[in-house]
Amino acid sequence: MNNRNLAFIIKRLLYSILILWGISLLIFFVVRIIPGDPARMALGTQAPEDVVERLRVEMHYDKPIFIQYYYWFKNVLRGNLGISLVTKHPVLEDISELFPATFEIALYAFIFIAVVGTAIGVFSARYSNSWVDNLGRIFAYFGIVTPQFVFAIMGMLLFCYVFKILPSMGRLDPTLTYPAKITGLITIDALLQGNFIVFFDALKHLILPVLSVGLGGMAQSTRITRTSVYNNMRKDFIAAAQSYGVPDRVIMFRDLLKVSMNPTVSILGLQFATTLSNAFLVELIFNWPGFARYGMTAMLQKDLNAISGVVLTVAIFVMLGNIFADIVNSFLDPRVYLLSTSKE
Amino acid sequence: MKNRMENNVLNKKPISIKWENVRRNWYKFSRNKLSIVGLLVVLIILFLVIFAPLITSHPEAVTKYVNFSEAKKPPSLSYPFGTDIYGRDTLTRTIYGFRISLLMSVVVLLISVPIGVILGLVAGYFGKWVENLIMRITDIFLSVPTLILALALLTILPRNLVTTMIAVSLVWWTWYCRLVYGLVTSIKSEFYIQANELIGEGKSSILFKEILPNCLSVIITKMTLDVGAIILLGSSLSFVGLGAQPPTADLGGMIADGVVYLPDMWWMAVFPSIALVTIVLGFNLLGDGIYDMFSLGEA
Repeated sequence: MNNRNLAFIIKRLLYSILILWGISLLIFFVVRIIPGDPARMALGTQAPEDVVERLRVEMHYDKPIFIQYYYWFKNVLRGNLGISLVTKHPVLEDISELFPATFEIALYAFIFIAVVGTAIGVFSARYSNSWVDNLGRIFAYFGIVTPQFVFAIMGMLLFCYVFKILPSMGRLDPTLTYPAKITGLITIDALLQGNFIVFFDALKHLILPVLSVGLGGMAQSTRITRTSVYNNMRKDFIAAAQSYGVPDRVIMFRDLLKVSMNPTVSILGLQFATTLSNAFLVELIFNWPGFARYGMTAMLQKDLNAISGVVLTVAIFVMLGNIFADIVNSFLDPRVYLLSTSKE
Repeated sequence: MKNRMENNVLNKKPISIKWENVRRNWYKFSRNKLSIVGLLVVLIILFLVIFAPLITSHPEAVTKYVNFSEAKKPPSLSYPFGTDIYGRDTLTRTIYGFRISLLMSVVVLLISVPIGVILGLVAGYFGKWVENLIMRITDIFLSVPTLILALALLTILPRNLVTTMIAVSLVWWTWYCRLVYGLVTSIKSEFYIQANELIGEGKSSILFKEILPNCLSVIITKMTLDVGAIILLGSSLSFVGLGAQPPTADLGGMIADGVVYLPDMWWMAVFPSIALVTIVLGFNLLGDGIYDMFSLGEA
């Protein structure tokens, strides 16, 4: 890693922190614009006025909104996101307990997007206008126009009710017991403990949610990779390599893919967060006990503390995805950080 | 010298309405047969939506109508898409659902595009702190996924179609701001803009008469592609019970109602789902055709 690369990454990190702070501001004002008294809402209509008044003072609800923001932000920095109105647990505890379930879907969906999407894209470009290309194009189109929840429902109808080969609800068959929690990801925990029955059952439960969450992203990465590889295939440096008699496979991996992956990596950085947000509807459909379903319930129940926690968590993952993409890109193509530093 | 410059500026009209151009554009558009399919799908849906009261045979289906003797009927000749648990015709409701979807995307675009475009123009042209302020706010909005941000906004608003449109517009303008901002920063260094600055043209005149027309083709392409995307977002929101409230027929809401009765009364969820995919597909194909027409890229 050279200095300029490092400077680029540090600058990128600092900027992300600034944006995260902006998001906290946005969330705070969205949540506090709500008409009504937050102290009264937290305690219910039955609580006596003096108790409500005490909470109001305790939570600084009686102070101007900017002071309220200061106290709220201080708490957020300490990891105190408040108590969820629905579960009555601290929001951070809820989120950290439920996050692995969602992360399991998002992780496999992301791998699916990255591997399958990119592979189809490269093949489509390499054999452009062949049947592979056309099939990939149709696939990509349907991936883009089909909403995640529609795909989930159709998949459920087809594979759970008509063919009855996949389970439709939850993470694990109710007759099986969860493996001891190590990472919180059932498949990985089961593998670590050598419990293959649980592993395969969890895998079966994962197939439909993962496909539903990942389909749109796969379609996008296919399209972007295809365009990028296709355009680069016609560049002079590829023709030069071919005229030297370099074998096609070497050109493909050494010359073509490295320069063509930039847009794919950028889109993949965005995709990880998109899979998280797609999970919101999909978890609801498959009754998946995860963080996204928790967020969804919070939003439908107007559980404000939980909502701010969930939105912040998603925003953090968006940031991480973008930073990751930028870092990978700056290694793939030095122009990325050269451009960003030459602006000064 | 000044005359020649002005002539240059005048000749820089990106979209002119000459007959010859219409024919050339149609040729570019129709080179891809899928674009024509998209156009046809969109035209058919527009026809259905406009003449919905005349075409549909069960107008009572979009009200609080209940007729248990006709309830839960599978697809048949009189009910091609079957009926729901209240005995309402699913076909009629689907066609009226198209209405809500289209209304939603048109209203959202009407609100969010002007906001985004103006902010993008201002940020790109004036630069300095204005650019910083506007683009950083845009970045903040863009770093929360649209669905989540719209959901979060809707928790504090009353649940109905109007608030949903407002919430979606509030998250949607950022894309146009980002897009136009990028275009403006490259256009503003062109000679004809500098020439106009030299002859003392006003800033608003440069922004709206010189720069904006050069962004229009990109904006229009983005808008046609966005119709589908907004329909998707809107139906996702109504799927979870936000957006248009019953008894209004809305594709997302209809799918949500149907899921509960899935294996047996499959028609309740399947037909609205197919309808939803069709309308989004139609607008995407049309959008791609328009993209080809303006030949913004070759692939």
